Amino acid sequence: MSTQFSEEKLNKIKEIVTHYPEGEQKSALLPVLHLAQQEFGGWLDVPVMDYVASLLSLEPIEVYEVATFYSMYNMKPVGKFMFEVCQTGPCMLRGSDDIIAYIEQKLSIKAGETTNDGMFTLKPVECLGACGYAPMMQLGNYYREHLTKEKVDQIIDECRTSVAINN
Amino acid sequence: MGRKLLLEKAHVEGIRTYEVYRREGGYRSVEKALKSMTPEQVVEEVKKSGLRGRGGAGFPAGMKWSFIAKPEGVPRHLVCNADESEPGTFKDRYLMEFIPHLLIEGLIVSSFALGSNATYVYIRGEYAWIAGILEKAIDEAKHNGFLGKNILGSGFDCEIYIHRGAGAYICGEETALIESLEGKRGNPRIKPPFPAIKGAWGRPTVVNNVETLCAVVPIINDGGEEYARIGVGKSTGTKLLSACGNINKPGIYEIDMTISVEEFIYSDEYCGGIADGKRLKACIPGGSSVPILPANLLLKTAKGETRYMNYESLADGGFATGSMMGSGGFIVLDEDQCVVRHTMTLARFYHHESCGQCSPCREGTGWMEKILKNIEYGKGKPSDIDLLWDIQRKIEGNTICPLGDAAAWPVAAAIRHFRDEFEWHITNPVAAQQRNFGLAHYADPLEVAATA
Ligand SMILES: Cc1cc2nc3c(=O)[nH]c(=O)nc-3n(C[C@H](O)[C@H](O)[C@H](O)COP(=O)(O)O)c2cc1C
Ligand code: SF4
Ligand code: FES
Repeated sequence: MSTQFSEEKLNKIKEIVTHYPEGEQKSALLPVLHLAQQEFGGWLDVPVMDYVASLLSLEPIEVYEVATFYSMYNMKPVGKFMFEVCQTGPCMLRGSDDIIAYIEQKLSIKAGETTNDGMFTLKPVECLGACGYAPMMQLGNYYREHLTKEKVDQIIDECRTSVAINN
Repeated sequence: MGRKLLLEKAHVEGIRTYEVYRREGGYRSVEKALKSMTPEQVVEEVKKSGLRGRGGAGFPAGMKWSFIAKPEGVPRHLVCNADESEPGTFKDRYLMEFIPHLLIEGLIVSSFALGSNATYVYIRGEYAWIAGILEKAIDEAKHNGFLGKNILGSGFDCEIYIHRGAGAYICGEETALIESLEGKRGNPRIKPPFPAIKGAWGRPTVVNNVETLCAVVPIINDGGEEYARIGVGKSTGTKLLSACGNINKPGIYEIDMTISVEEFIYSDEYCGGIADGKRLKACIPGGSSVPILPANLLLKTAKGETRYMNYESLADGGFATGSMMGSGGFIVLDEDQCVVRHTMTLARFYHHESCGQCSPCREGTGWMEKILKNIEYGKGKPSDIDLLWDIQRKIEGNTICPLGDAAAWPVAAAIRHFRDEFEWHITNPVAAQQRNFGLAHYADPLEVAATA
């Protein structure tokens, strides 16, 4: 995969930079890393981070230290679908441990692992601000809430179907 | 039924759109402030309202605004804290998701008061779709002349930008948030200088919570004095609570701070009682950082008086027998929940979220997590409880930012009030893997010392 944003994305980045005071283009780093991760395979490989550094006239180290700090930036490849299940207190009280165990069993992976076909990653995460709709997970840009085993089955089927359709 | 100021219109069909929001009386406060008030008068109204910051610390908003430095020729900024990551707290999301124009309206008036021509909403990265909702609302407001240059002919210019974080609880701390806005790691800064003097890009900056800024709208519409009439004492106005855990009706409730804790938990208007007909064991009333209380101390103070849902009453008794309003994240545990396990998840959370700058926080949170895991999984030693106590004491007050305290308090309170349960886990490691300690004596009426 070539590490090069489309013209459209480059214009978007130019626009983002204008949100911040002149000479403070570093402020655009978090939004640009989000774009890069989305565009270049779901994680931030070193060449991707170097490319982002060059776009914002930063030293590569300035990008590495930020990318490694925030939990939403993936530092290694992840599955096509990432199940980020919240495991903090309020979700635990409503059965998140069982949901995590169920996904582990259903996909035959442990927490933190990716299925062999590269489809699913299971990542227990900390509170996502949806405690009243527990148990829940983040899937891509959206939340899936009030999870039950049946709902997890449905979500897995949904993911498989969407890949089958797109191929 | 309590009075609603923020959520009154949240369920009007189509309120997310500018047309409906405007038709329902939206953006009146912008017209009023920009056409008939000076920025100082807006600050004055907010002072009169007694509004306290809704992000957790409860600092008076008007006073905070009056501290902002105004050096000649230096831009100032308002930054809205929408990082919302304290376990148990999910109220800001509700405001932004269902009635986004209320926040935009509050931001415009507040930006005018503070002289911020470029205002930022720092929103937690995971709320990706909500960032989209806000951006749409901003476009609509701009299209209708409420943002941009020379708003309503007042000569005031203002732009609002959404800035998404990327997963870090610490970025809710205001100086870490500013670092993150500048494109850096979220490492809190040493204060002073305070953001009001030197904040984002070295410029004077005010950071306020989403709910705080939304409350500015009714304050300007109805006047600060009118707002201060609602509530009790220094708990003025209405407060959003996000209720979760083992209750029948988890969700967001707007209260006027005059109801009792008991009414909040058991009445059908609010939480609707404990789920599955169980009994109440414990509760963290204001977000994961504030002290947990057993049922008996939650419903009544140590003096035997009814406890109310407001800043003063929840804090009655200090940390010995009280808790805090905090961010309004109300977490309820039923009789079958394990306080040790719950505390362990919180310790893991704080360990995970420590930025690592200060050794007491970086190392101490890790130790606490490890020891609590040992106790929870049947490998605890009798000396562990005192060790935990000792570690939390050594974190508290010895760090750059309050995350250290926030990590220490839940552990301290759990040991203070539930020591029996911790001891039982240690002396009955096998049984503790199979069943819970249960309700025990935690709901029993307390002995009240006779007062002379
Ligand atoms: C570790 C930590 C996390 C915080 N997280 C948040 C948060 O998610 N949202 C928030 O509004 N305030 C948070 N705060 C409080 C902010 O530092 C700040 O006091 C608040 O945004 C000020 O707004 P207010 O005066 O309107 O309450 C946090 C503080 C600490 C120490
Ligand atoms: S207390 Fe913890 S989170 Fe706060 S600055 Fe120190 S190490 Fe970082
Ligand atoms: S604890 Fe799971 S979303 Fe808050």
